Amino acid sequence: MSWFGKLRDALGGSRQSLAEIETLATARRPLDRAFWNELEEVLIAADFGVSTAEKILDGLQAAARRNLWTRSDQVIGRFKRDVESFLTMPESTLRLEARPAVLLIVGVNGTGKTTTIGKLAQDFRTQQKSVMLVAADTFRAAAADQLAVWAQRSGSEFLRGREGSDPSAVVYDGIAAAKARGIDVVLIDTAGRLQTKTNLMEELKKMRRVIERESGAPPAETLLVVDGTTGQNAISQAMLFNEATALTGIVVTKLDSTAKGGVLVGIADTLNVPVKLIGIGEGIEDLRPFEARAFVDALFEPETAA
Amino acid sequence: MLEALSQRLGAIFARLGNRGRLTEADVNEVAREVRIALLEADVNLAVAKDFVARVKERAVGADVLASLTPAQSVIKIVHDELVTLMGGAVARLQFSDAPPSVIMLVGLQGSGKTTQAAKLALRLKEQGRRSLMIAADVQRPAAIAQLQTLGKQIDVPVYAEQTGDPVGIAQRGLSEARRLGLSTVIVDTAGRLQIDDELMVELERIKERTSPKEILFVADAMTGQEATRVAKGFHDRVGITGVILTKMDGDARGGAALSIHHVTGAPIKFVGVGERVSALEPFHPDRIASRILGMGDVLTLIEKTQSVYTEQQARDLEQKLRRNEFTLDDFLGQLRQVRKMGSMAELVKMIPGLSRALPNVEIDERDVQRIEAIICSMTRRERRYPQILNASRRRRVASGSGTQVSDVNRLVKQFEASRHMMKQLGGGKRPRLPFLGR
Repeated sequence: MSWFGKLRDALGGSRQSLAEIETLATARRPLDRAFWNELEEVLIAADFGVSTAEKILDGLQAAARRNLWTRSDQVIGRFKRDVESFLTMPESTLRLEARPAVLLIVGVNGTGKTTTIGKLAQDFRTQQKSVMLVAADTFRAAAADQLAVWAQRSGSEFLRGREGSDPSAVVYDGIAAAKARGIDVVLIDTAGRLQTKTNLMEELKKMRRVIERESGAPPAETLLVVDGTTGQNAISQAMLFNEATALTGIVVTKLDSTAKGGVLVGIADTLNVPVKLIGIGEGIEDLRPFEARAFVDALFEPETAA
Repeated sequence: MLEALSQRLGAIFARLGNRGRLTEADVNEVAREVRIALLEADVNLAVAKDFVARVKERAVGADVLASLTPAQSVIKIVHDELVTLMGGAVARLQFSDAPPSVIMLVGLQGSGKTTQAAKLALRLKEQGRRSLMIAADVQRPAAIAQLQTLGKQIDVPVYAEQTGDPVGIAQRGLSEARRLGLSTVIVDTAGRLQIDDELMVELERIKERTSPKEILFVADAMTGQEATRVAKGFHDRVGITGVILTKMDGDARGGAALSIHHVTGAPIKFVGVGERVSALEPFHPDRIASRILGMGDVLTLIEKTQSVYTEQQARDLEQKLRRNEFTLDDFLGQLRQVRKMGSMAELVKMIPGLSRALPNVEIDERDVQRIEAIICSMTRRERRYPQILNASRRRRVASGSGTQVSDVNRLVKQFEASRHMMKQLGGGKRPRLPFLGR
């Protein structure tokens, strides 16, 4: 199956028939109240959030008046183009030029940081890069063990600290070791933390400072891993993690569920940080570059009965 | 938790409170605002629609109480419906008559099942129940090691096999618990998608073989619109008996709590409020509904205060709150006590009205100092009877505390509003409907 097909399946659930796809999008409906309500509901059900949905609808209604549109397909066409171009940002691929290229992975608890790192490591290894995984999650029980399994699977170097030790010290050791061994990519796994816990966010800032001091540059990438089933809280996550660590990209995981991840649009409206990767399954190949077009198209896939 | 929703509804009701009568247009406006507030809090669209329809129906219907103003009636209806939507009373864990009683934890990846397993085990241990935790997650790397580490921390045994079929592992774990004569078994299962048929069959088989008394769905409080579909997916396959809502210590609005209960009918039994193994609390629908409505959480405040005050002091405080004898002096004392505890933001949210006066989640310490300065610039008599604060007294207080008269006005107004709520709360035995009395 093509990657697009897989995304469509993943984002839309198992779809019934081709005829049903994009009914709202392709049907030539009059622009009546029922249509606008339905469109609003599609957006809200996809986790766009009320304020983002209202903003989009206001814009579309104004455009419809201005251009004297009469049919729904004109509106939907415009919507898709706008959202696609809105979500298409420059620099949406990973920057790995630095040597070592240090990737700092952050996020709230349970979004899939460690798993994302494992998949990235395997991908980099198949590109013949030397990789080191640094377990800077010294808080959660057995978090380092989990990363160690991924290091072994991918054939990456691995460095861990004692449970309960200062994560910045682990980062320091990791970068020193990576420099000494001439490693290409260093992936740093941090403990999950809720963005409102000030002391834990300070801990992240410190890790970032250590990276900058020891490697001579800010992290090549600071990636926020967001759970694709998250609702409007993802905006708060993006804002506060960005304040603390200056994000360079966002990874959205678990999009193989039936969630549509519409909160991405709200995030993009708040921050100028591109979505770089999405996770649509358990396999290594299921961590994919983000494509705005596929995302937008998948929004109009028919809902499946739960 | 949920404070953003309470702000939103608080603003609407503050506006309604100033009107004598409620027209149909008002009801529609409230309905619209309630809908937006719920959706912003990630309540599922269908659930929010249903909720709003019920509120509207009741608001224009016959059961508007004669003793209440229309605005109060609407508040009461919204409050009642919120409590109902979140499951009514506090729901306790059920245990089977023949031990060991099995508790099975299910949910999506990353919702916090393994951590909650340990939290539950610790809680049960404190209640004198001896548990065995079974590591039935052979999917995620090191999930077993995580449970074992947690088990060691809380001194609760863990049954694990490094590989193999989770169904068999659960079954053998259960036999082990019987052999050891333990009273409870907690089965930690792997995270899975509700649409993954193969893995859902596995859950069904674990259920079949271990006959759990409780199947708890562990859900992330930050979940969006998807919450209903996920919960329903699990419920349809294994029949969940309760919910643990995790990560409630952040700024998640927690609309998922409403959605999940609505589609499954299963009560929310616990909330996870931190990463430590002790951070698990029972879920109180009525308290949270009060909080949503900006009425503060007096019960929790009193409970928290007990850890600082003696019990006698706490009873005095409760009496004062109920008899409407709570003065600005008491408030100042509270404020200072609370600052000692160092968790200002958390506690301010529980003081009725104050969360609206200081809406930012992270309380600026300067705001607190300003309040302190204002109260300290008042005479004893003024602190006791703020109603005597006329314009000239307010000017004096403002210049004495280095603030503006508007700051003083705001504080007094908020305080009066809180006292008013307290007064009405004092009527009944149990403050089921704070605000409204009887």
